[in-house]
Amino acid sequence: MANIVQFENVGLRYGTGQETLSDLSFTLSSGSFYFLTGASGAGKTSLLKLLYLAQRPSRGSIRLFGEDAVTLPRARLPGFRRRIGVVFQDFRLVPHLSAYDNIALPLRVAGVPDSDIEAPVREMLAWVGLSDRVEARPATLSGGEQQRVAIARAVIGRPEILVADEPTGNVDPDMAERLLHLFDSLNRLGTTVVVATHDFHLLGRIAGAHMMRLDKGRLLDPTGSLRFPPPQAGEEA
Amino acid sequence: MSIRLIAAAADRRLLDEQRGTRAMMWIMAIMLFLTLLAAALGLGTLGAARLLEHQLAGRLTVQIVEPVEQARVDQTSRAIAALRADPDVARVTEVDRAKLAELMRPWLGEEGSDPELPVPSMIDVDLGSGTDAAVSRVTRAVQAVAPAARIDRHETWMSPVSDFMNLVTWLAAALVLLMASATAAVVILAARAGLDTHRDTIEVLHMLGSTDVQIARLFQRRIALDTLLGGVIGAVLATGVVALVGAQIAALGSDLLSGLALTQRDWTLLALLPIGFALLAAFAARIAVLGALRRTL
Repeated sequence: MANIVQFENVGLRYGTGQETLSDLSFTLSSGSFYFLTGASGAGKTSLLKLLYLAQRPSRGSIRLFGEDAVTLPRARLPGFRRRIGVVFQDFRLVPHLSAYDNIALPLRVAGVPDSDIEAPVREMLAWVGLSDRVEARPATLSGGEQQRVAIARAVIGRPEILVADEPTGNVDPDMAERLLHLFDSLNRLGTTVVVATHDFHLLGRIAGAHMMRLDKGRLLDPTGSLRFPPPQAGEEA
Repeated sequence: MSIRLIAAAADRRLLDEQRGTRAMMWIMAIMLFLTLLAAALGLGTLGAARLLEHQLAGRLTVQIVEPVEQARVDQTSRAIAALRADPDVARVTEVDRAKLAELMRPWLGEEGSDPELPVPSMIDVDLGSGTDAAVSRVTRAVQAVAPAARIDRHETWMSPVSDFMNLVTWLAAALVLLMASATAAVVILAARAGLDTHRDTIEVLHMLGSTDVQIARLFQRRIALDTLLGGVIGAVLATGVVALVGAQIAALGSDLLSGLALTQRDWTLLALLPIGFALLAAFAARIAVLGALRRTL
């Protein structure tokens, strides 16, 4: 499978402090499923920010969709970002928009006409089990419902990469499993999924998922080839 | 630069237009009210100055200052003949003795009517063109046949008034420019404040792939609409004030002040001011937002 993301000796430093991420070198294969684990403060969110182009690295090289993302001109960032779906840890729903409008946002940003928006948005609402909360604003939704809206917003544009930061952090175990199943379904449709989590219970739920472990800003397995569960004999690592 | 004043409902909702008190609209109403008054004053004085110049250009008074009556009468006749011979002279009228006596009454009383009083002859002259060359030529022609002739250009008498009107016009134009600059500055501040208020939404929009231009368009549309609405309110109020002042001037019946009346063209220009300011505001908002967004990733 082709590499959709390639990090080489990437380091990230905020201001003049210590490096938050150091010497990250790994590749993500197109259509694969990755868990990114590590203790709080290990640098998971910072790594995801580099992935969804909210940050540029302080050093090293990042190739995204076959192009150099470090020197990518600012004007080309929107085009790249539309190919990446993001589920933020704090959801970042637009507070004055309804669930429907929040989910429709990526399509509107991409210039999809209103007439072509309703059907996919309603399908997404049904997919995340919120068909009866179409007009609800984020403040009136529970944490789990907000998370599902955030996930629906992240996937409605059929992104090539889905990046999710602790997507099951605010939901009960049943809902966590359901959401993970949604990610798995999307992954089967060809989307590369990267889920940052410190919930080790989730790791065994996706067969064949890769695992990347961060500790104090460094990748414990620099090749990114760790698998969880470990690959069986004869299976490609 | 595209400006969609009528945005899709979804676009209108993006920046939570219910937030804030629309103070911008009322600021713009005040700005446009003052700008329109300044512009109306400028256009009025410009019109009055032009009317005055048009009325006085090429208007002369020839005085034959000769104490000996017969010589005065002869020189007056020759001067009139010389004037009538000039193709550039449109009208020559000798002011009769009775009218001169009437003009002198405030100073001389009934004494001015004394036929023995050596009063200069006066001739009113209208030139077809009031150019300096025409006036010089007529002056030379008259003085050649009437050495006692003195020629006064009305334009010279009224030039301080004309200069004052021109000064007021320039002052009004400067005020309009100043107000336009202040409007642009207010818009830039409002746009920056708006960016701060909507920082979270903008960050999300960026992460979803919004371009800077898409985001700027949300602001410029909203600010242009506020400016237009405020502008219309300010313009309506200012138009009322201008119309009231116009009616007062008309009631005075003054020839000089009647030139201040606004023409159809002036009213059209005034009506275009809110639209012009709305475009200016949209442009300023776009520049401010794009400039601020360029500093983010």
